[in-house]
Amino acid sequence: MRTILYLLQKEFIQVFRNKGMLPIIFIMPLVQMLILVFAATMELKMIDITVVDLDLSETSTRLTAKLESSSFFHLTRAQLSPSETDKILLKGKTDVVITFPQGFESDLKRNDQASVQILIDAINGSAAELSNAYLQTVIGSYNQKVRAEMMGVPKFTPPEQVQVIPSYWYNPELNFKFYMAPGVLVILVTIIGLFLSSLNLVREKEMGTIEQLNVTPIKKYHFIIGKMMPFLIIALLDLTFGLIVAKVAFGLPFRGNILTLYVFTSLYLFLVLSIGLFVSAISDTQQQVLFVSFFFLIIFIIMSGLFTPVESMPVWAQNLDMINPIYYLIRIIRNVVLKGSGLLDMTRELIYLSIYGLLMFSLAVWRYRKTV
Amino acid sequence: MDRINPERTPIIKVENLVKKFGSFVADDNLTFNVYPGEIFGFLGANGAGKTTAIRMICGLLEPTSGRLEVAGYDGYHEREKIKRNIGYMSQKFSLYEDLTIYENIRLFAGIYGISRKVRLEKTDEMLKKLQLEESRNKLVGGLPLGWKQKLAFSLAIFHHPKVVFLDEPSGGVDPLTRRTFWDLINEAAHQGITIFVTTHYMDEAEYCDRVAIMSEGKIVALDTPAALKAKYQADSMDGVFLKIARNKE
Amino acid sequence: MNQLLGFIKKEFTHIFRDTRTMVILFGIPIIQLMLFGYVITTEIKDARIAILDHSNDNVTREIKNKILSSGYFLLEANLLQENEIDPIFKKGDVKQVIVFERNFAQRLEREGKANIQVIADASDPNTAQMLYNYTNGIVQDYTKKKYAGFTIPVQIKSEVRMLYNENMVGAFMFVPGTMALILMLISAMMTSITIAREKEMGTMEILLVSPLKAPHIILGKVAPYLLLSVIDAFVVVFLGNVVFGVPIRGSLFVLAFLVILYISMALSLGILISTVANSQQVAMFISGFALMLPTILLSGFIYPIENMPYALQILSNFMPPRWFIDALKQVMLKGNGLEYIWPNILILSAMTIFFLALSVKKFKLRLE
Repeated sequence: MRTILYLLQKEFIQVFRNKGMLPIIFIMPLVQMLILVFAATMELKMIDITVVDLDLSETSTRLTAKLESSSFFHLTRAQLSPSETDKILLKGKTDVVITFPQGFESDLKRNDQASVQILIDAINGSAAELSNAYLQTVIGSYNQKVRAEMMGVPKFTPPEQVQVIPSYWYNPELNFKFYMAPGVLVILVTIIGLFLSSLNLVREKEMGTIEQLNVTPIKKYHFIIGKMMPFLIIALLDLTFGLIVAKVAFGLPFRGNILTLYVFTSLYLFLVLSIGLFVSAISDTQQQVLFVSFFFLIIFIIMSGLFTPVESMPVWAQNLDMINPIYYLIRIIRNVVLKGSGLLDMTRELIYLSIYGLLMFSLAVWRYRKTV
Repeated sequence: MDRINPERTPIIKVENLVKKFGSFVADDNLTFNVYPGEIFGFLGANGAGKTTAIRMICGLLEPTSGRLEVAGYDGYHEREKIKRNIGYMSQKFSLYEDLTIYENIRLFAGIYGISRKVRLEKTDEMLKKLQLEESRNKLVGGLPLGWKQKLAFSLAIFHHPKVVFLDEPSGGVDPLTRRTFWDLINEAAHQGITIFVTTHYMDEAEYCDRVAIMSEGKIVALDTPAALKAKYQADSMDGVFLKIARNKE
Repeated sequence: MNQLLGFIKKEFTHIFRDTRTMVILFGIPIIQLMLFGYVITTEIKDARIAILDHSNDNVTREIKNKILSSGYFLLEANLLQENEIDPIFKKGDVKQVIVFERNFAQRLEREGKANIQVIADASDPNTAQMLYNYTNGIVQDYTKKKYAGFTIPVQIKSEVRMLYNENMVGAFMFVPGTMALILMLISAMMTSITIAREKEMGTMEILLVSPLKAPHIILGKVAPYLLLSVIDAFVVVFLGNVVFGVPIRGSLFVLAFLVILYISMALSLGILISTVANSQQVAMFISGFALMLPTILLSGFIYPIENMPYALQILSNFMPPRWFIDALKQVMLKGNGLEYIWPNILILSAMTIFFLALSVKKFKLRLE
């Protein structure tokens, strides 16, 4: 047991002596967190719309004014021919072109319906969808108003109405940062812990220093623990800093038990670092470790529910997430931080992570060979 | 020669040891014994199979076939027990360059389970002998190569192993430094540590009690330097080596 | 010149012989495209919900049937009390609880109005909103069908056209994004790590004292990754076109030029990183950390740049992938030519020159 302490001491000295790595370990993740969480937002801010009003009636100008008053839109009025419209869209000068055809108002009065043409530059898919949704809301409410005015009743209602009232728990203002911050934090903690430990082990192979250890009677699991613990602790430190940043910069609420969070994160890191050390044990160079780790990291991140909800994946892919460590921790952290879930609410995750972790740890110890 | 007693049981027993890498035979049927207290040399050109042999005996490499016993333990199943009883200095300097001299000592002493008290005593003694007292807290990476090698050797015998294995220990340094390095080796041998050394420097072979000459994975001659010189009618080991090479052709 | 060719050849065989690396270098783009194409969708299917029906009459049963047969939802539990909601959310599987008020059918008939409360787990705000919209849509559709003969007067209809991606195919987005990411990964990351490796192992010094000139060494190191990147770019465009139907409306020549320019930029960036990094670890963290995440998040690949806070919009201007992705979409989706994308080309070229100049400067400083 004392052997492990000597190994830990050695690793810590080496980490803190490496001046090039210290800012990368402790500062870069926080900077990244600040930038990336602010960057990841689906709340639309400014859409450039161009209104081509060929009707110039009261109804069309009032709708234009209404759009203009919305804080989401930056509106320009222009009289453009169809080819000019094409051109400004191709150039990306505007995101949306709304055209009121001639006879828009008279159609509405005479035929009970009229069409407005909306062209949306959809090369940015999600922005285009959001723009459309906002536009429809504005047009819809304007439509109700116009209908009431024309029909002379205060508000038009269909005969029977079921109202569906949303209530958003745990994040009533739908703050996207509360959703992103825990996710980004998981990724940063993972990258730091995983790569520091796995590259460290294989680097000793590359530099030849591992030989000097391999001719000693050191126990294999001592060695693997010695390669894991320092980086697990460093990753937990990063988690702590990250949580503080999330609290201060994004006002992330903290409903759960902090201890629960650390128990789960430690278990998770035990698992992830074991996987990393296993990859290291079967590789000869840092490059190989990097490639293999990156390969799986990309797949794990895409499928983890960081950017897109896990529920949007087909069932087979959701089942595949059983072996995706990142999926577990992102889900767990969001549950603990935002909803206040405790260990008892997530016994299944607790058991899975423990078994999975022990399995990968055993694999890493088994595959680490003191002979070449 | 008073240190060596051939009547005693050998500390290293090697019988028909073979190592193949694919179809390439690196070591072909090696058979020899090393006796306690001996300085045993493995002589040969680069690629003769010396390093492969020493790595197998140390337990760093799995043999393909043959028998191997070190300090009374089996080379296949009791590798970890062997490791308790040996020291090793690799061809490539493999202490931690980003740790200080003392930190390296502390780490390896700790792994061998040497107590803090003994460690501190022995560290002082060792650094004094090496005249490195003032560099105790300097990073190993900044030392000149000759010092690095002396340090690596001193650390390899810090836990007083029964046998120490030295793989090309004095490569790349000037003859004078090599001379002082061999003083250290001789001193260790007098303390009762068996020395197993590989080299391609012929003059170093003269310092050994017995020498095995290797060529293309085989041992082609094994005896004391004096006996070898007599047999091949040469006045130096260089001459012996040349004659053997010529005979092969 | 012969020396240089020989060196390049050595580097090539070195990389191409390593099958594991090759599998991964070509595997990453393919797997990533497949994941985005078949696994990640913008539509939610089979979200787990719970229902708390205080009324349990024939109308609520009809609505429940509609909701559960829509394909969007899976019933995880029927709740009996309000206080069961929080615990079930805390477990994390259930995303939404639908609550029908007491005497639902009765109220609907007598007062013409009844309420359904949708309680969503908004720890994922997007999903929460999306699920609410689905639910609301299904319920409104139900009432509308019930009164099918009824038409709404005075209607303003929107004729919406999503230009350049009429069917809102996801691949139109992720193919350009994947391309930017993969090329950055292979070109910048691999190059910086390979060169840092030589430095770490001490072999760079051996190369530097050899008759090879420093630029030749760098060229030799970079050439294989240039080729690999071009092949990968081709694979992505080909798969995107054939498998996912992403069009190439612009000129292939312009497309190729743009891709090669971006690769050159990424390679220069890789060289620059390697002049700063002394170990593979540092090179990996700088390129993996400082390049990868911003490439995904600050380039408009997933999150629209227009939505970002102003400071980040400014920052995104310094992200090369932003200009590449934008130009790529213009060429592939809009069919634009150089007359439209010249600003992007200019910016990417300037970045390349800047990175190269800085590397040369750093390199000279080191030697002096």
